Amino acid sequence: MATINVKRKKLNFLERIYLPEVFRGMAITSWHFFKNIAFHLLRAIGFKHLRGAVTYQYPEEQRPMSKRTRTRHRLTQREDGSPRCVACMMCETVCPARCIYIVAKENPDPNIEKMPASFDIDLGKCVYCGFCVEACPEDAIRMDTQIVDIAAYSREGMYYTMDELLHPEKHGDKILSDPKKPK
Amino acid sequence: MTLSPELISGIGQIVAVCAFFLGCLLLSGVLTWVERKQSAVMQDRIGANRAKIFGLRMFGLFHIIADAVKMLAKENFIPKNADKLLYQLAPIVSLFFALIAFSAIPFGDTLVLGDIRIPLQGLNLNIGLLYIFAMLSLGVYGVILGGFSSQSNYSFLGGLRAISQLISYEITIGASIVGLVMVYGTLNINELVYVQGEYLWGWVPKWGIVVQPAAFFIFLTAAIAENKRIPFDLPEGESEIVGYFLEYSGMRFGLFFLTDFLELILIACLLATLFFGGWQVPGLFADGFHWFNGAVLHLPALLITLIRVLAMITKILFFCWFLMVIRWTLPRFRYDQLMHLGWTILFPLSIANILITGIVLLFIK
Ligand code: SF4
Ligand code: SF4
Repeated sequence: MATINVKRKKLNFLERIYLPEVFRGMAITSWHFFKNIAFHLLRAIGFKHLRGAVTYQYPEEQRPMSKRTRTRHRLTQREDGSPRCVACMMCETVCPARCIYIVAKENPDPNIEKMPASFDIDLGKCVYCGFCVEACPEDAIRMDTQIVDIAAYSREGMYYTMDELLHPEKHGDKILSDPKKPK
Repeated sequence: MTLSPELISGIGQIVAVCAFFLGCLLLSGVLTWVERKQSAVMQDRIGANRAKIFGLRMFGLFHIIADAVKMLAKENFIPKNADKLLYQLAPIVSLFFALIAFSAIPFGDTLVLGDIRIPLQGLNLNIGLLYIFAMLSLGVYGVILGGFSSQSNYSFLGGLRAISQLISYEITIGASIVGLVMVYGTLNINELVYVQGEYLWGWVPKWGIVVQPAAFFIFLTAAIAENKRIPFDLPEGESEIVGYFLEYSGMRFGLFFLTDFLELILIACLLATLFFGGWQVPGLFADGFHWFNGAVLHLPALLITLIRVLAMITKILFFCWFLMVIRWTLPRFRYDQLMHLGWTILFPLSIANILITGIVLLFIK
């Protein structure tokens, strides 16, 4: 049987009698205690830039996010409000979770071949890899809505249709409030 | 009809002692909040603050009430094979012995107002010290009963761990105190505090920590082990090695929980009384403050008593805080390390302390 020999650090005398090390540890924790209490007090009397804790009190206080964070998807629009998407199926093909479902139709504009008849993403399956955004040749899909509180009471609630993807601002707070998504 | 001074003194004592008990019980409730908040502040967090009443949060103080309501509203489960009587008795035994130990703690000097003499202590026994340690030891029975009567293997193992730990460290606690008793020559806690009001070389208060520093550290360590808190929380180990109260739920578990905090306060009281002069304030005598140059600031008796009670409360609160810092700083011992520390380090050290104290006393006398 294989044996693993763990190399242990040899402790010197002061470390072995334990007490000095205990005091060192307690000095660190109490330093944090007093420093944070002082910061809390100073914050309470008006020094708002001092924080005694690293906590973000989530629903009320959002943690600042980088612009590059991959958040909920949106479909970009042309000037007339129709989707930029040309239904090339690149994103549907590259998606590792296979959660994009596109049905194509002919575009009335003779310069453009196709457009999506429906464009659904099942966010319950999405792994937020961002491949769809990178694959898109038309810059038609983006993940920059900064919406992260995506939750629903049912699997259907995580299923997003084209209208919701085109207008994330309209449906931004819909998910948390509605138990059942209107179909 | 006139009330005799004895009667007034008696009533005064009852009121004072009731206030002290009530204060300790309240403090044990508040300590659940302190534990959460202090650990949070030590770890750069905010801590539990979501319980609110009418939009008021009060820094999470309502969590105490929320906890109590939760405990009371939960199902009080009794395992099918458990010994019903002993199972229900165990938490009560724990709590009872933790509570009555408080009665021997003096929380202030005797208040003298003319004929009225109100001792600020529940029970002035001349073996008060032994009494407290006896009650602490009896509290172990709650743990033993809890572990054995629930007829669960995990509780049983937790109970076994608890017993061997508590009994090992009880010996050390007893031995660490002997040095103190030898120096002060009394087992009466009240007298113990009086003697600590004396001064070495005229200015160093003759507190336990000054005359018996080694005993302080030994007692502190053993007392934390008796209290079953981290780093000695092997009997409980809530998060992974479930302990003797595994089968308990609802308020019965709550009682065990409360007992833990009461014992914490008791240990804080003992540390303050035995090693930090109890209600003594350096420089404060029965007639007022004595400065170094011999000047005396006279104060009324009531004010002096008040200052002394406040000093005692401050010391208790300080040690509660101190014990919390230890609890949130140190990692848990392994069981063999625990036994090693108890039997081969602390116990011989406490014996050596007794020996050295004896020799030194022999040469001084
Ligand atoms: S982020 Fe990844 S998993 Fe989600 S839809 Fe786009 S490609 Fe699919
Ligand atoms: S890759 Fe872009 S253009 Fe192609 S189907 Fe997907 S969103 Fe539409």
